Amino acid sequence: MAGRAAAIVGIHEHPSRRVDGLSKWQIKAESAAAALADAGLTLADVDAVYDAGETGPMAGIAVPEYLGISPRLVDTTAVGGSSYEFHAAHAARDIAAGRARVALLTYGSTAKSESRAIGTGARPPADPAPGINMEVPYGLPLIGNYALVAQRHMREYGTTPEQLAEVAVTTRAHAVRNPEAVAGLAALGIRNTGEITVDDVLGSRLVADPLHLLDCCLVSDGGGAVVIAAADVARDCRAAPVWITGSGEAVGYPGNGRDITTSAAALSGPPAFAEAGVRPEDVDIAMIYDSFTITVLTLLEDLGFAKKGEGGPFVEGGRLRFDRPGAPALNTDGGGLSSNHPGMRGIFLLIEAARQLRGESTAQVEGARTAVAHGNGGLLGTRHAAATVVLERG
Amino acid sequence: MSENPTRPLPVLTEADTAEFWRACGEHRLTYGTGPDGEVVFFPRRTEGAQVRESAGRGVVYTFTVVRRHGHPYFRSRTPYVVAYVDLDEGFRMLAEVDADPGAVHVGMRVEVGWEDHDETAVPVFRPARTLAT
Repeated sequence: MAGRAAAIVGIHEHPSRRVDGLSKWQIKAESAAAALADAGLTLADVDAVYDAGETGPMAGIAVPEYLGISPRLVDTTAVGGSSYEFHAAHAARDIAAGRARVALLTYGSTAKSESRAIGTGARPPADPAPGINMEVPYGLPLIGNYALVAQRHMREYGTTPEQLAEVAVTTRAHAVRNPEAVAGLAALGIRNTGEITVDDVLGSRLVADPLHLLDCCLVSDGGGAVVIAAADVARDCRAAPVWITGSGEAVGYPGNGRDITTSAAALSGPPAFAEAGVRPEDVDIAMIYDSFTITVLTLLEDLGFAKKGEGGPFVEGGRLRFDRPGAPALNTDGGGLSSNHPGMRGIFLLIEAARQLRGESTAQVEGARTAVAHGNGGLLGTRHAAATVVLERG
Repeated sequence: MSENPTRPLPVLTEADTAEFWRACGEHRLTYGTGPDGEVVFFPRRTEGAQVRESAGRGVVYTFTVVRRHGHPYFRSRTPYVVAYVDLDEGFRMLAEVDADPGAVHVGMRVEVGWEDHDETAVPVFRPARTLAT
């Protein structure tokens, strides 16, 4: 049964992709204040904190201290970019159980200012996990990890580079409508801030075959905050509530004979849809973690929007643009591919889903009622976390 | 920047994987089987696993050609091929395939070779010289 126990009532996305001088902490605090103001609440109302620990160790203590709040519930689930979908799921559960009333999720990153080479960098860890210690000598960068999935997907299902490129073309078309995304592209030094074509993607340099530069997300600064509240609080908030009506979680990792083209989303999606009582074909807005074009194709299939192997045809011809009926609108803020990706993008999936269900997106789908935010954290080709959150308008 | 950058190596004191890497030093590619003979994805924990030795032949399950890398050693090696190799005994491992990137394909037969280092050797696969039996 679709629950109406907890709703997103406040959102804020830090507008800048180059924060120039702000710290991660300050991005989190500014975003928290803005999201709470959006809800008509204050820091004093917050009684639960969810944090992925991007500021450093012991974030469960350090973040409440920095914000000056006294939560009765702390959750520091840290599973990469999907952390915020896990947090939203946990907050909804904690609120439904009566353990919290106002939950605060924050994120801040200065990845661009620090020149962090997220996709191609790799210093081997000094104290590797056993599984990592088996992979250290081979120099598989993050992009290459996702490329392993793309290569197998193309071989197994006949998926083409052109079909992968369609994902980047669609998200750029959405970004062009989003002034903060366009300003961000310029601030990140990207010369063409307009729409791109399939040929543009295929003409960009190969980074890890078969993925081109424009198959990859940006590296930006950024952050944001989300406030999730109990139903009785939500009714008095400024903004219309966006209900969390279903969620599912899973992890995936390598194994002998494992199908690399199927991610943990195949496990996290079904319980989320079942709890909400909706089907993929009911979904108006698909906020799908787009670290790379192949990520989106894989996740769309795993979540049941398309059959396994048919993600390529599913995204062709701009079908997932916000103004095309008959298929969900994909990453209407411009996504990680063309709006922002400060390292962990999950919080922005929740924020844009909420904007759509409030009618506030820059690529607004008329009458949008149902959204899915799916976070993929870690590395799609090896070890990753998946969380699916179904969101519905009141 | 006078020294040539060297390949990052595994930690040889890591409790679950030290034995594997020591065997590599003797040019032995080892894998594990569980109590019912099932092949273990190493180094996943399995009660009663037995260590066995692989013939070192398999097929490329998937691969990528790495063209950009932030580490000086790997940057000096680009472009190079990293693949998941499915060994004939039934286990999968990540590894480098030392071959012309343009010639590598999914399903390609490969066999293990060894790059020697102090106290260990790194398995580096190459196109199989002979057809599989």
